[in-house]
Amino acid sequence: MGGRARLVIAGRVVLAIFGGYAIAGLATALGAILLPLPRAEAVSAATLASFAVMAAAVIYVFAAPTLLRASASLGGCAALLAAGLWLAGGFSPAGPA
Amino acid sequence: MSEPRRFRPAMAWLHTWAGLVVGWVLFAVFVTGTASYYKDDISRWMRPELSESQADPVLAATRAGEYLAGQMPEAGGWFVKLPKAEEPVTEVYWWKSFAGPFHHALLDPVTGLPSKARDTRGGDFLYRFHFELGLPSLWGRWIVGACAMVLLIALISGIVTHRRIFADFFTFRPDRSRQRAWLDAHNLVGVLALPFHLMITYTGLATLGLMLMPWGAQTAYRGQVPLFYEEAGLMTQSRPPAGRREPGLPLGEFVRKAERTAGEPPEGLLIASPGDAASTVNAVFEEPHGLAHLHPQIAYDALTGAEWARNGTPGGATRTATVMYGLHEAHFAAPALRILFFLCGAMGAATVASGLVLWTVARTPKGAAPAGLGLRLVRILNIGTIAGLPAGIGAFFLANRLLPLALTHRAEWEVGAFFGAWILVALVGALTPRRRAWPASLGLAAATFLAIVPADLILVGEARFVAFDMAMLAAATLLILAARTATKPPAALTRRPSPQVAQA
Repeated sequence: MGGRARLVIAGRVVLAIFGGYAIAGLATALGAILLPLPRAEAVSAATLASFAVMAAAVIYVFAAPTLLRASASLGGCAALLAAGLWLAGGFSPAGPA
Repeated sequence: MSEPRRFRPAMAWLHTWAGLVVGWVLFAVFVTGTASYYKDDISRWMRPELSESQADPVLAATRAGEYLAGQMPEAGGWFVKLPKAEEPVTEVYWWKSFAGPFHHALLDPVTGLPSKARDTRGGDFLYRFHFELGLPSLWGRWIVGACAMVLLIALISGIVTHRRIFADFFTFRPDRSRQRAWLDAHNLVGVLALPFHLMITYTGLATLGLMLMPWGAQTAYRGQVPLFYEEAGLMTQSRPPAGRREPGLPLGEFVRKAERTAGEPPEGLLIASPGDAASTVNAVFEEPHGLAHLHPQIAYDALTGAEWARNGTPGGATRTATVMYGLHEAHFAAPALRILFFLCGAMGAATVASGLVLWTVARTPKGAAPAGLGLRLVRILNIGTIAGLPAGIGAFFLANRLLPLALTHRAEWEVGAFFGAWILVALVGALTPRRRAWPASLGLAAATFLAIVPADLILVGEARFVAFDMAMLAAATLLILAARTATKPPAALTRRPSPQVAQA
């Protein structure tokens, strides 16, 4: 196996760990605000689901045909989640409305 | 290790490598976690001085309060776990802040003085090891949490890889080839208890949920995360200390009050800012019957004894989380179901172990070609973990019987025996020629378990420990069988051993 192939595998591993966790963290934060439940219930539900979200993201990273495609999909997904979180007030210092 | 392309090969690749990198930690987690199903039985065996007796929880609580008041001026909190008939000892914890450190002592329920039972960490050591690995709490939990996440991914990719799950279920071909036999064994124990493996992995992640994934609670609650526990119905309201010292009522009062209100004595008392004018005492009750791990609480004013707060009723999502904790801990499981959980946990450990061995068997070079560095390293780590950890557990139990009772830091010496024996057996496995490495290290592990029985019979010898000693014999027998199987040279596993091997 050549050096390039090793690099691509290392890239997938890094993307799976950090990208997967970022997607799961953003989805959990967004779910905790947006789920139509009492605040504590939304946090519980979103936190429980977060591990399934991360597992799905990691599986996708390794199943995607190329590393570029995996990075683009995960990056796009993270950007959408972050935008939603920003719109929902998740980043404002005072907390969500 | 080539770049994966199509879905199923990609998943097979992921299963192989994800499983390998976390396999050693996971084996230790599965073994010590499975032993934790019998944590209380282990603790009873390790403290033979405590025999069943009726202790008065009211008196025990008051005495514990007197002991705790002398330990740390202006402590942040105390916890008193009250004695029960089968656990006739008061367990107390005290701390300055929730960041730790947490101090701990066992008290005689009648005198309130440190218990005369031998100094040991008991079954609690194995229980904590299964999610903290003997490391500083936060480090251990993050490592185990990360490994559990990788296991979840290994399970999913494993399911995809083994498309023929039901056919595999009835397939065991020990006579075909060594690799085929290990693969069949791995599939068999993996698939047989697959629902358990998925359940225990996901629920394990859920128990560490808010530590591993705090972003939901952080976003919704900002700096007030403790408020989450209150709103979720998991804890009662709390209040900050007043900053004035004023002694509270004797702790026994709260046990009496709680028993009158709830009809059962509480399992323990949680005291916030003891000695402060705004101190509160929470009576924590045992979890009600059912799957959920819930602890109803009533909070009292520590000075007046008036009821101050109760925890609410958790909603569906929080209740689901507590059912997950409950399933993971299996406190609800009566003896028969507990045995089933234990066997499933053991199959989890066997799945990991067979997977690790399979990795090396599949990569053993044909003929006389030398093994590469990676293969040799994995072999050494496999032996060091799969034989070393059981040896450590055996030595831990053996040290409990053999160490002098008056030894200072006796509990730490027991833990030292655990790690010492583990390292020793791992070294034996690494330094012994490959052919004898497995039998030698497994044999040593078996010897530690075998030695426990006479040590217990001679030094303690009580009829109530027969079941525990039988379990030690069973563990020794399993390890001896494993050592014997490993003694046979590879080709002897086939039905027709070649003449050369027969002579060897």
